[in-house]
Amino acid sequence: MTASRTQHLAASSVILAVALTVGWVSFTQQPEEAFLFPRLISVFFGIFALWNFIRAVMGLSKVGEGLDGATVRAIIPGLIVMLIYIFWAAKGYGKIATLEGHWSYDWVRRGMGFYASSTLAFFTLYTLYDPAPRTELKGWAKRIIVTAIFMAIIYGLFALLLKVQTPRGMIF
Amino acid sequence: MEFLSYFGGVFEPIAFMLLLGGTIGGLILGATPGLSPTMAVALLIPFTFQLSPTQGLILLGAAYTSTVAGGAVSAILLKIPGAPANIATALDGHEMAKNGEGARALHLSFMSSGIGGITGVLLLIFLTPVLAQWALAFGPSHLFWLAILGVTVIGSLDSKSFVKGLLSGCIGLWLSMIGYDDIQGAQRFIFHDALTGGIHIIAALIGIFAIPQVLDMFAKGRRKVAIETVEVPEHAIGDSVREVARSARPLTIGTVIGSIVGLIPGIGGQIAGLVAYDQSKKFSPNKAKFGTGHPEGLIAAESANNAMVGPSLVPLLTLSIPGSPTAAVLLGGLLIHGIFPGSDIFERNPEVIWTFINSMLIGQILMVIFGIAIAKWAAKIARAPLPIMASAVLVLSLFGSYSVQQSMGDVWIMLSLGLGMYFLEKFGFSAAPVVLGLILGPIAESNFVQGSMIAGAMYDGVWAKATYFMTGSLNIGLIVLVILSVGYSFMSHRANSKSPASDAGARA
Repeated sequence: MTASRTQHLAASSVILAVALTVGWVSFTQQPEEAFLFPRLISVFFGIFALWNFIRAVMGLSKVGEGLDGATVRAIIPGLIVMLIYIFWAAKGYGKIATLEGHWSYDWVRRGMGFYASSTLAFFTLYTLYDPAPRTELKGWAKRIIVTAIFMAIIYGLFALLLKVQTPRGMIF
Repeated sequence: MEFLSYFGGVFEPIAFMLLLGGTIGGLILGATPGLSPTMAVALLIPFTFQLSPTQGLILLGAAYTSTVAGGAVSAILLKIPGAPANIATALDGHEMAKNGEGARALHLSFMSSGIGGITGVLLLIFLTPVLAQWALAFGPSHLFWLAILGVTVIGSLDSKSFVKGLLSGCIGLWLSMIGYDDIQGAQRFIFHDALTGGIHIIAALIGIFAIPQVLDMFAKGRRKVAIETVEVPEHAIGDSVREVARSARPLTIGTVIGSIVGLIPGIGGQIAGLVAYDQSKKFSPNKAKFGTGHPEGLIAAESANNAMVGPSLVPLLTLSIPGSPTAAVLLGGLLIHGIFPGSDIFERNPEVIWTFINSMLIGQILMVIFGIAIAKWAAKIARAPLPIMASAVLVLSLFGSYSVQQSMGDVWIMLSLGLGMYFLEKFGFSAAPVVLGLILGPIAESNFVQGSMIAGAMYDGVWAKATYFMTGSLNIGLIVLVILSVGYSFMSHRANSKSPASDAGARA
């Protein structure tokens, strides 16, 4: 399976935009001495990005299978859980003025905490992608036990052995 | 023979326990499809923060060695290579397993891995000090070109597309420049507060290697992946030892090819295994038996991919240029423990480096013993459900990247780079050149700046200053190597793209 020409064109356009931005920043920002090496690299970055873009325009960019609908549909639930878990649940989102005074403010600000959110994320992802039927009680029990064992190991390793201080959040 | 006086450090209780744990854990991780040696070592680095540099490196070295060997278990029993280095192993190994010779294949695999690995580490022991002495002649301009050579070699050889490989290297070099400039104190490319301190190499390594694999596992959805498994009847170890002793030809071919490939920066075990398999077939009187469960191919491939491990550290320890993507991650581990590779590494840190190298030698022997002992059991691990592995790797990535500096910024960087790398890989870009650019960028830049200052004191005008980087036999030699690596890769990609067979392969 090869990604469509449009997909390759979109990807190479993004890379070219990044390369041009890097070049523009490198050649316009001061002090000049601090951007000497970035300027050198940005020239090659720009040349290769342009070369890659031209190949995509001409339909010569064939390496890489791209993303098909089935893959995107399969990834999206996990990706959403992953983003919520890392960008909010583990440590919260900081101060949001519009929510101040609302009951949800503290939740949004502080998140759930590392261990609580990790437990929930592990269990949710396992459940989402487990091929076992979700109607069986045995399957649910297995998922709960595996999650509990895994999180106990993680707690033992990071909290007890490595003594990593993790953000506590609203739960743990 | 200085290394002999540091063997005691390997047998100190904690160090030996770590070596044992790293070896057994590495074998299990290696046997698990989807968990590459590079990702395993990247995820292990945060666990070494509480350890001394020697202990940390022993753990990482043991994991590096045994994950490569452990990948043979799933390659032989499930026909799923645990790592790219084990692709060639699956060709004959799985056929042997299907013929009821799974245990024999596993024995041969671990024993030949051990022999190749020990030879590779001996090369590391004897070649590194020689190369370190040679590296004393290197000034800033040479080190600058060496860093650029590292990026261009891995960029052009480790990628399916020439231009995308070099572009990946440029992306890595750019990422390495984000943050404050060390000399001028100027802000560079800081478009979010989390980037103020730059991109921490460990967070980046975890993100770049772990997150794309998590997403690849998600991409398989809720499908129950049907895996062809085979029974593993007992096989006498004595028979396997005698068979390995009689297999001098494939063992020699594998070990020599693996050692040479390891010394060349950026190539890695996948190439070593496949080239050794191919050459072993060419020199064998039983060519027709290859692919039908013939042990010669298995022995050549496994001795090659482990013989590569030791030599891949020779350019890393002396010149800061990793010989493989996993060695690049190991370089991150060295730097995090304050060990800076270079010509005087054996003078600055003799105990740490010699104990680490000696542990790899002992680790090879432990790998053979435990590999054979847990092979059948490891096959069960190899069938670990993907949803559990994906969730576990994600949680470990969060904790691992956070524990580097106790900073959520590192976690966000880890995830952002991981997501970016997943999409880049889908369009033919490679992770290894990005990582090499990220690691070698600061080395290239600091030597470029130093060289520019020296040139500024010697010459006037930009072009006159450039002569500092362009003249001298060593500079010219390195520039020629950069051009040759890029030129060779360009020509071979061009030849491949003209071949209809390879085009079909690229499309597949």
